[in-house]
Amino acid sequence: MNFLLSPEQIEIQTAVARYLDAECPSTRLHELFDAPDGRADPRLWRGLLDLGVAGLALPEAYGGMGLELVDLALVAETLGSRAAPTPFLGHVIAALAISLAGSEAQKQRWLPGLADGSITATVALAEDGAAWQPEQWRVAAASALTGHKSFVTHAAQADLIVVGLEGGRFGIVRAGADGLSITPQDGIDRTRPCAVLAFDRTPAELLEGGADAAARLCDAALVLAAADAFGGASRCVEMAVDYAKLRRQFGVVIGQFQALKHQLADMATDIEPARGLYWYAAHAWDRLPEQASRSAAQAKAHLADRYLHVARRTVEAHGGIGYTWEFDVQIYLKRAMFDYAWLGVPALHRSRAAALAGW
Amino acid sequence: MDLSYSAESDAFRRDVAAFLKANWDAAAAAAAPDRREREAALRRKAVEHGYLYRGIPRQYGGSEQQPDILKAHIIREEFGKARAPMEIPGVGVQMVVPTLLECGSQWQRDFFVARTLNGEFRWAQGYSEPDAGSDLASVRTSAELVDGHWVINGQKTWSSLAHKAHYMFALVRTDRTARKHAGLSYLLLDLKQPGVTIRPLKQITGDAEFCEVFFDNVRTPQDWIVGAPGEGWAVSKTTLSHERSGFIGSAATSVALFGKLVELARHTMLNGRPAIEDPLVRERLGVLDGYVSAHQYSSYRQFSMAAHGQDAGIAPLMNKLVNTRIADDVAAIARDLIGSSLMLAPPLAGGRGAGNEKWVNQFMGSLGLAIAGGTSNIQRNLIAERGLGLPRDPSNADSAVVNA
Repeated sequence: MNFLLSPEQIEIQTAVARYLDAECPSTRLHELFDAPDGRADPRLWRGLLDLGVAGLALPEAYGGMGLELVDLALVAETLGSRAAPTPFLGHVIAALAISLAGSEAQKQRWLPGLADGSITATVALAEDGAAWQPEQWRVAAASALTGHKSFVTHAAQADLIVVGLEGGRFGIVRAGADGLSITPQDGIDRTRPCAVLAFDRTPAELLEGGADAAARLCDAALVLAAADAFGGASRCVEMAVDYAKLRRQFGVVIGQFQALKHQLADMATDIEPARGLYWYAAHAWDRLPEQASRSAAQAKAHLADRYLHVARRTVEAHGGIGYTWEFDVQIYLKRAMFDYAWLGVPALHRSRAAALAGW
Repeated sequence: MDLSYSAESDAFRRDVAAFLKANWDAAAAAAAPDRREREAALRRKAVEHGYLYRGIPRQYGGSEQQPDILKAHIIREEFGKARAPMEIPGVGVQMVVPTLLECGSQWQRDFFVARTLNGEFRWAQGYSEPDAGSDLASVRTSAELVDGHWVINGQKTWSSLAHKAHYMFALVRTDRTARKHAGLSYLLLDLKQPGVTIRPLKQITGDAEFCEVFFDNVRTPQDWIVGAPGEGWAVSKTTLSHERSGFIGSAATSVALFGKLVELARHTMLNGRPAIEDPLVRERLGVLDGYVSAHQYSSYRQFSMAAHGQDAGIAPLMNKLVNTRIADDVAAIARDLIGSSLMLAPPLAGGRGAGNEKWVNQFMGSLGLAIAGGTSNIQRNLIAERGLGLPRDPSNADSAVVNA
């Protein structure tokens, strides 16, 4: 039994953290957050691609590093902890979809470019707002697509879009395809801008795999969202603690007041022991398939729920400054709101987890 | 990350399981009139095999094994599965023995350790006083050296099972001129002597587990002090660390408790259907399930870190608060499931609980957990100050944390 990260995993996480600290400090984060077109910074994304993040969990035969979902989730945690505005989430999920459901020829065709980032991708799952589950996808699986998808992250800069279709199939749509229109949504989390996609007899390349691949893909996406939430929540606790050590009132630092201390202790106790939820879920996805769906649902529900709670408490702990646009925590709060609802709210996944536990 | 065990560990696990299969029948022992003898016999054999009292030298009745957290973990799991008795529970084994091994004199170890390990000597804790609970450094019970004996006067409280104990380990003031904790000493004393009055405190559940203990010129020999006079504070800190790592941190209790709650929800009817099918009940159980699983994986990680000689950081400071929260949430869901049974008195310890009213004990016990071993607010101070590095409250600089 060794429920620990390997030195290599720690190295990957440290490298990403160091890169983000250098290239995406708070000032830059705010610039990107406030950018009018909500596009991810291509330079920041390029730097992450050079660290290999896009190909981490893709097979070596297709230009990836052949690592596991755990490794990808560790990167997601680090991006979450810096609220980094990058197309990571949609890109790696789209690539995983092709890796899981594509034919040999499709993998050879698409994965190397996705692994090195010469192609940017995103994934289109939700229909009609809350229809996130593969069973709810209604766009017909055919060589030309008609219908809508919403909450598609970074759609405007994607070269290709992996679209969830009826029966849990996937189709690939190229940027600029006939009948594809992309309408930006006024999303709350500007680090992950969303769009509604409309397809009108839009040409698509169907991936070979079906419902099993879709279920597995959704589990992986839940794990990555859970990891992002853990990273963001941990950073919120750090921000609140740092502020409590700095801010003086009534002649002392406010962190000396027991009432605030207890709030901070409760926030930390909500988050720190929950790290293992996404670790375990990622590990289960790779190694314990019979537990993968339940663990993923549980991890996403719990961590997204706690992230939003802690982000809220972090605003409170900062008083007035926490309620300003200039201060970082608003970005985290909005990212927490995205993580909470993306792929479905906690209640949905708790209900799934209960059913999977046989309750 | 690898949740499997090595071939060597698997072999060790098979050995433990085979030992238990050959030597222990939980069902038979439960009903047998000589249950205690059977348990004692199993413990003796388990010590011979190196399964129990592993960290304790053979000369004191231990099995003197190399520290191996993985083996200890496997032993706990297998003994748990076989419902076999492990080390004798209680403060004697958990606190006195490690303290004597670290700080005691040779004769103290020779005299007390083996007989504590085999259950012949039972101990009560003498830390807390009415005005010194969380603020342990302000204990006032005094001991004065007169003709080769410490003469003790004062009062202790919250001493669990003192009315059934033979001895007490106590923190007493031996120097009134020294500052707060500098004047404290750690004494052992015989509870069966004139001048000791033990009054069990009837607690919220109706049981009487802990006691008030009064000392009126009670005597203990000069060499029944552990460590030097004035070192009591440091000696008591040794025991405290054992208490926390020993019986409060485990996730197993929470996991088992949650399992019982799920069973209760399955067997309780709500609107003509099993309660577990009710969406609101499922959601509440689901929320709690997230905490329980988080706690379990956190314990995997803490265990793995310890097994690899790494500092587990802030998480161990949180275990007690997490266990308390889970017990509290279980109680909250259970009380809604048992409904009217909440109005019934719970069965007393040792008595037979017929039905759902036994959850009333869990409800009240969850409150006890929030107080014993350092109240939840004291735990929050610990997390904030030691874990998060927040400044200490100046009014609180000399405090420590104890209740038992």
